[in-house]
Amino acid sequence: MHLEVFAEGRSLLHILDPRVKIVSFTVFVIFCVGAKGFLPPFVYFLIGFGLVFLAKLEFKKVLARLLPANVFLVFFWVLLPFMYKSNPYLIETPYLKISAEGVYQALLITLKCNAILMATIALLGTSNVFMLAHAMLHFKVPAKLVTVFFVFYRYITVLHEEYLKIKRAALARGFVPKNSLQTYKTYGYLVAFLLIKSFERSEEVYRAMLARGFKGFFPVLNHFYLKPLDLFFGFFFLTVIFLIFFF
Amino acid sequence: MHISEGVLSPPVLITGWGLTLIGLTIALKKLSHRKISEVAVLSSAFFIASLIHVPIGPSAAHLVLNGMVGILLGWNSFVAIFLGLLLQALFFQFGGFTTLGINTFNMAFPGVISYYLLKRFIRGENQKLSFISGFLAGFLSMLGAGFFTALSLYLTEKKFLILCETLIIAHIPIAVVEGLVTGFIVVYLLKIKPEVFKDEV
Repeated sequence: MHLEVFAEGRSLLHILDPRVKIVSFTVFVIFCVGAKGFLPPFVYFLIGFGLVFLAKLEFKKVLARLLPANVFLVFFWVLLPFMYKSNPYLIETPYLKISAEGVYQALLITLKCNAILMATIALLGTSNVFMLAHAMLHFKVPAKLVTVFFVFYRYITVLHEEYLKIKRAALARGFVPKNSLQTYKTYGYLVAFLLIKSFERSEEVYRAMLARGFKGFFPVLNHFYLKPLDLFFGFFFLTVIFLIFFF
Repeated sequence: MHISEGVLSPPVLITGWGLTLIGLTIALKKLSHRKISEVAVLSSAFFIASLIHVPIGPSAAHLVLNGMVGILLGWNSFVAIFLGLLLQALFFQFGGFTTLGINTFNMAFPGVISYYLLKRFIRGENQKLSFISGFLAGFLSMLGAGFFTALSLYLTEKKFLILCETLIIAHIPIAVVEGLVTGFIVVYLLKIKPEVFKDEV
């Protein structure tokens, strides 16, 4: 399973220090959520777009990633315009009243959501997972949690292969998913089998870790060095975010 | 259901992060080095399980299994669900980072409750009772998650009430399926590897 689709590439955002990107991202998200009025969220949306552009990512792939969240937002577009009972109405008939405020709220939610998602892809997605986890240690995230994360991430691929094997076995025996108790039973047994496999695997992992002298954390081999470019980007980005928020 | 970015109000988001941090702190305090690999690999398994789509009526939904996570991992549900959602936010853009706190709590907390209420009834000698406990764990945890999600939306904006009601009703069929699948998982595990239920997490 290939998860880090955006991590490989050559662009400014790919070579920046992950710590700078995490700080920039966090500040961006906080200000974007808290933004009031129409203009700041709209400009944050443009910045998100700009970041994707700066990261030189394939736009089609980015759009595909934005799709599920926007499907969720459709609910708000369908419901909000009818839920706000206030003037002025965009459309007003005895049977149908579409509130301008409802449409406005749905638009704001959509702008903010997409701005943050694009920033996620462009700022965090351009580092690989191990660099991000390493950076988390610098931000005093407990080493235990980061260690669990390392092993968790490592074994997703392994267990996914395991799952595909079990699924293939089920399909080979004529399993067709339907709305039936049999289907749910099959899925239950399938997942249970996966869980047993992971229990056994985790025993092996533990012994392998002990054999390598595990003392509760993973030592990190590559270290980060802040470059002038990192500081410049961080400073510039944060200044822009602050200015937009207050003006 | 994971709530996307930009929907919830800052107080709800902050409360969600606060509750999740408390849950994570309790979990990590209790987590011994011996258990790190177990919690981690089981979290991967539950992550994979959440990619499985199960038919429900004319539609399909992916498994969540937060009840099963709760029964097997107890407080470590917070760790498993937090990491799963983190990856989903990072790689699939499901949910998000601001909502990571509240979404984790909404799903993990009902799981922890099932751990304390229902795990004791899961015993090898009584298969029926074990299945029913598994079913209840899956059913109630899913319904609980739906309820907390609706509550988060409602606390953001009182006008979301209809949306919240729809959300809870939509969770009922999913909860039934979650319950059934969880029940079958419990029965199978008891048959093949009952020791997974014995250990204190």
